[in-house]
Amino acid sequence: MSILIKNGRVIDPSRAVDAVMDVLVEKAKISKVAANITQKADTVIDAGGKIVMPGIVDMHVHLREPGREDKETIASGTRAAAKGGVTSVLAMPNTDPAMDSSGNIRLLQGIIKKTAGIDVFICGAITAGRAGKKLVEVSVLKRQGVIAISDDGASVDAETLMRQALQKAKTHKILVIAHCEDKLLSGEGVVNAGFTSTRLGLRGLPRESEYRRVERDVGLAKKTRAAIHIAHVSCRESVEIIADAKKKGVSVTAETAPHYFSLTEEALLGYDTNMKMNPPLRSPDDIRAIKEGLQKGVIDVIASDHAPHTENEKDIEFDRAAFGVIGLETELAVSITELVRPGLLSWTQLVAKCATNPGRILGIGKGSLAVGCDADIAVVAADTPWTVRKEDIVSKSKNSPFLGSRVYGTVACTISRGRIVYADEASSHPGTG
Amino acid sequence: MASWGRKDLLGLEELSREEIELLLATAESFKEVSSRDIKKVPALRGKTVVNLFYEPSTRTRVSFEVAAKRLSADVINIAVETSSVRKGETLIDTGKNIQALKADIVVMRHNHSGAAVILARHLDISVVNAGDGWHEHPTQALLDMFTLKEKLGRIEGLRVSIVGDIAHSRVARSNIWGLLKLGAQVTVCAPKMLIPVGFEQTGVRVTCDIGEALKDADAVNVLRMQFERDGESAFPTQMEYFRNFGITKERLAKAKKDIIVMHPGPLNRGIEIASDVADGRNSVILEQVTNGIAVRMAVLFLVAQARDGNNNEHTD
Repeated sequence: MSILIKNGRVIDPSRAVDAVMDVLVEKAKISKVAANITQKADTVIDAGGKIVMPGIVDMHVHLREPGREDKETIASGTRAAAKGGVTSVLAMPNTDPAMDSSGNIRLLQGIIKKTAGIDVFICGAITAGRAGKKLVEVSVLKRQGVIAISDDGASVDAETLMRQALQKAKTHKILVIAHCEDKLLSGEGVVNAGFTSTRLGLRGLPRESEYRRVERDVGLAKKTRAAIHIAHVSCRESVEIIADAKKKGVSVTAETAPHYFSLTEEALLGYDTNMKMNPPLRSPDDIRAIKEGLQKGVIDVIASDHAPHTENEKDIEFDRAAFGVIGLETELAVSITELVRPGLLSWTQLVAKCATNPGRILGIGKGSLAVGCDADIAVVAADTPWTVRKEDIVSKSKNSPFLGSRVYGTVACTISRGRIVYADEASSHPGTG
Repeated sequence: MASWGRKDLLGLEELSREEIELLLATAESFKEVSSRDIKKVPALRGKTVVNLFYEPSTRTRVSFEVAAKRLSADVINIAVETSSVRKGETLIDTGKNIQALKADIVVMRHNHSGAAVILARHLDISVVNAGDGWHEHPTQALLDMFTLKEKLGRIEGLRVSIVGDIAHSRVARSNIWGLLKLGAQVTVCAPKMLIPVGFEQTGVRVTCDIGEALKDADAVNVLRMQFERDGESAFPTQMEYFRNFGITKERLAKAKKDIIVMHPGPLNRGIEIASDVADGRNSVILEQVTNGIAVRMAVLFLVAQARDGNNNEHTD
């Protein structure tokens, strides 16, 4: 089956391309990118006036399977991803059981093979049961196909253990993704420590609990010369620490999530638990710092930190509600709305943050439209406005912080390995050529 | 005079000055009822008020119960120990069950901040916040302001100091919002670690010096120190707190002669307040309790009326 995407504005940061061209897909690969391709194809997609970009590589996603299939499954999560223009995800290991052994990973791989609609890569745990006590068998996990390790949701508190993890990861050429949080400083906090937490009478999560741990982990990466990726950066100090480390040549990369550059802690007034996540929404100054970090290249990646939860776990007292929000279906639109439309990032920069950089950091050969690459493509109507509505969400869980928000940019069509995995109404009946 | 259109009373932060003044004026008209031989008016006859208390409380619960009964409402008390809450029922389910019993008003005390806000969002019947976590305790602040106004004739321009565990106090928060809206100058005084981040942004003056807080104050509201709270031992010993922040005769001697001393109760004698001050000539602590009834009558009356008004609009 072949697909010809005609007349789109092709954005491919991996080859510094930003031009109106055609893209030809054959045998699940990109076979040609050029102006006016005349070759016949089984399916022709008219992308006139639209963006054609490599599919999003979302390197921070919780798919909940196995263990919490009531929140999300590989099938439902990858459907949501496809609708959001996402063609590769890195599944976080905080499942039940955790992804800490080759047996558990084999189990997950079986489910992925049967039910995933797009590429799902597996992030293994750093410690057994993500309990922070005993390292996993890094080399075994690597052989089993794990491409990164993280105890995401928890930080590895013991410094020596984290150091060993980085050393092992370096030996076995695997990426360590750090959830940076000092639990002793976080305490029972539920929202950013500041005037908003004071007004709401809620316990604060101090920014120190994030950036002190960023400082420690970046320091360990420097000592061990291992690569480290800092997950969900939310505050100014973290951005500054990472910028400084990059200047000194530490092998550090960083990601943030759309809610950290679009929403402030004021969104919490009213106790909306769909605004509750960890790290928490912070101040307008932090938003400025995150945006600057994205502009200056300190923050390499935008990832959703898609964290589905059922209504039962959200529609309760704020203190007791689960941390986390979904984001697969909104990350591109929120990024276009908050970053590209106001002129903070160019299209090339945005696509780099969403696809090219995460693809490179994970070393999976994704996030590029170069000839020979997997045909993972998103066709985007960048200027189409829409309102995020609960009833339109494909994910099993509806805990989006953007419900009711007006955003720009709809996905017209998502192609994964040469298969159309999502097409909107207008694109559902493409012509043949 | 402004009119009251809210079916709920959740906090003072969201109220306008006019709404607070209306509450206080309504309380004034209800105060006289409690001094009658027959302490009852038929204002809420046929209405059902449910006191839903997730935290132990005697005085607030009893005060609401007395207020509701003096308005001729039927009162049902639900305490957490005797209810199905322990069996894992959610707050919203409990609320919906109470609504299904055709109750008209739920008065709720809850240990989690925001619980009343969440409940009110899910119910058509009225919700009155009787204290939620560290967030707000609006009727306590209203009765404090009512007492101040009764004693000093006004709120505008008064200097009011609030002393004690500001960080964990819903009484402090509600008082601050209410007093500032009515034009008082508010000073909070506490050990540094009991003053939350960014607190000046509320518009209050912050000091850690008790002498400074009492100097020139027209009134001081002494908060209860809760050493047992969450095992958070911000102040190592009770005696150390009393030495540094306790309201004593000696400290009051340097304040205005007629300074009003208030306390939301229950008192920790010898910890945040000396016995001779609590029982002394400046203290209005028991008058606060009496005024609490009038204020809660006003609140119950107004939220019930607002809801009836809304319902009528629907049927018109």
